[in-house]
Amino acid sequence: MKTWRKRIAFALAALAVTACAPPAARNTGVYLLVDTSGTYNKQVNKAEQIILFALSRLQPEDSLAVARIDTASFTEKNIIAKATFDDRPGTANQQKRAFASRIEKFIDESNPAPYTDITGGLLQAIEFLNEKRPAHKEILIFSDMKEDLAKGYVRDLPLKLDGFEVVALNVTKLRSDNFDPREYLGRLDAWKAKVEKGGGHWRVINDLDHLDGLL
Amino acid sequence: MSMTSLLGITPWPALSAILLLMLLVVALYLARATAHQAISSVAAALSNGLRLASHAVAQGELRLAARNRDVLLAQGREAKERVVEREFVRVGDAVRKDLSGYPGLHRALSEAIARIEEDHQKAVDVPPAAPGWVEAVEVVANLDARNAGADILADIHKSMVKAHNEAMDDYRKASGERHALLRKMMPDWRLIQETLERVSKSVGSVIERGLTIDRHMQEYEQIVRGEDRAVAVLSSSSLVYFFVSALVLAVATAGAAINFTLIARPMAEMVGGTSFIGSFRTADIAALVIIMVEISMGLFLMESLRITRLFPVIGALSDKMRVRMIGITFVILLMMASIEAGLAYMREVLLQDELATSAILRGDDGTAIVNEHMWITTAAQMGMGFILPFALVFVAIPLETFVHSLRTVLGLIGIGVLRALALILRVSGNGLRQLGVLAEKVYDLPLFVPLWIEAKVLEWRAAERQADAAAAAEEATWQEAQS
Repeated sequence: MKTWRKRIAFALAALAVTACAPPAARNTGVYLLVDTSGTYNKQVNKAEQIILFALSRLQPEDSLAVARIDTASFTEKNIIAKATFDDRPGTANQQKRAFASRIEKFIDESNPAPYTDITGGLLQAIEFLNEKRPAHKEILIFSDMKEDLAKGYVRDLPLKLDGFEVVALNVTKLRSDNFDPREYLGRLDAWKAKVEKGGGHWRVINDLDHLDGLL
Repeated sequence: MSMTSLLGITPWPALSAILLLMLLVVALYLARATAHQAISSVAAALSNGLRLASHAVAQGELRLAARNRDVLLAQGREAKERVVEREFVRVGDAVRKDLSGYPGLHRALSEAIARIEEDHQKAVDVPPAAPGWVEAVEVVANLDARNAGADILADIHKSMVKAHNEAMDDYRKASGERHALLRKMMPDWRLIQETLERVSKSVGSVIERGLTIDRHMQEYEQIVRGEDRAVAVLSSSSLVYFFVSALVLAVATAGAAINFTLIARPMAEMVGGTSFIGSFRTADIAALVIIMVEISMGLFLMESLRITRLFPVIGALSDKMRVRMIGITFVILLMMASIEAGLAYMREVLLQDELATSAILRGDDGTAIVNEHMWITTAAQMGMGFILPFALVFVAIPLETFVHSLRTVLGLIGIGVLRALALILRVSGNGLRQLGVLAEKVYDLPLFVPLWIEAKVLEWRAAERQADAAAAAEEATWQEAQS
């Protein structure tokens, strides 16, 4: 009898603790890197499509940041727009509209950059998302994944990507890739190895008409 | 000890097996009486235990049935008291409404009758006075006066015609006056007739109510005496009430679900759309709480109006306090309904906003989706948001019926379960007893050889005993014959 009472008391206490405990995070953090270097700058219109798709999928309390990849990407200055949506759906809708308008402005004014610092952008994304502490962290890279660093930039450092999902979008083939496809495949393999070595999960989506699995 | 080692007690396994079998049979035969006793004891113990359990369950069933009967009778008594009380109130109302004006009616009747009597007296027919000089005329007519008599008679005739005409005029005038008086009596007659009809109707209504009360009182007496017929009627009614109230409650639940859908979405604007309590959204819980509060207010309102009697404390409040409570609960309900109407409107606004945002994110023009008839949906939602809280007030009535009938229905289910359990236990007990007998037979099955031998030995001994007895009897007969 006493054992049963103890069990019931324990169950009630556990229930009370669970009810009073801070709720577990369920939100998503998305950091979208848009490559603006060289000829890839012509693809930024497609990036807008992805950003709008992400905006339509994100829920209140989710975070979204869009940053450009240029010569030096490891800086807050490269963040074009960022927002953590309010938990009230009406306010979140207004934030989404404002975000979409900022992105539209960026697309209109985007200029090509001479170099491509993807790793710097990734480091910036990791820092941003770790600070936001969302339940799910996603880094979307809209790029051909060809890194071209300017002289003096050091980027051969390990990435800490535990709990991150890294998705490469619209990885276009370069002229040289057409001569030797091994170069393209090798580039993707190298990035996959780098991300997975850092503890992240790697994915590539090239068909932008089928983004259903994204977010 | 393994089977191989057992079969290795002689160099020939078959022989070992036969030896072991024989040993086993002998052992079983020697232990037969004890084994039979043990099997019988175990079977008897289990059987008795199950029978006792069956008896206890049957007793429990009887107790539950008695309790259920008491509950049914108490509920029936209470319900009948309420019905009779209501009928008395109706009779009281009828008496107060219709018969309170009886003195006035009586006075009006008396006055009308007095007026009729008066008019009747006035209308009595007075015959015209007979002329007193007719006999004188006769005498004059018999006179032997050849010349003078004729003139006199002519004058008299003339005077008589004139008097006759005057009398006839007077008579007609008097008759006209009497007819006028009689005509004046007609409204009084009508008044009397109408008044008497009204009285008859009122008295008839009271008599009808009296008959109804009489019928209810007879049923009440049957319930108080605890007659089986009354219990059967109450039990059947209870089941009907249970299913009907369950059906109405299901409909009310559907209404509450619609209400929930109307307010859950806009509640997210108030308490946030992403916070959770356990695995439930706070907005959903808040919407549910609002609906529950509305239902509670409805319950209190119904209790205060004495339509339901779920809370004796509210029923026992003074009339003044009850009226205050009615006012307060109604005002709270009105506020809740207004809030719900506002939330329903907000829901539509949010929906439009979300559609516009989605359109922008899709790259469409947000203004293209505006529908000019959208106000109808908005108005319908607001109307539903306002009406549903008041509609949910009436949930209290089926809820009360459901709660009351649930006790009886649960009791009936309990009785059924206990009855089935008692039957199963009794059948199991008998089955175990028979199983014990079967086990003894199965035990004897491998011992058929020693048992056959035993039977033969017993037969031989019996035959020997019979032969000895016959020999002894023959010897005794012979000795008797010698002596």
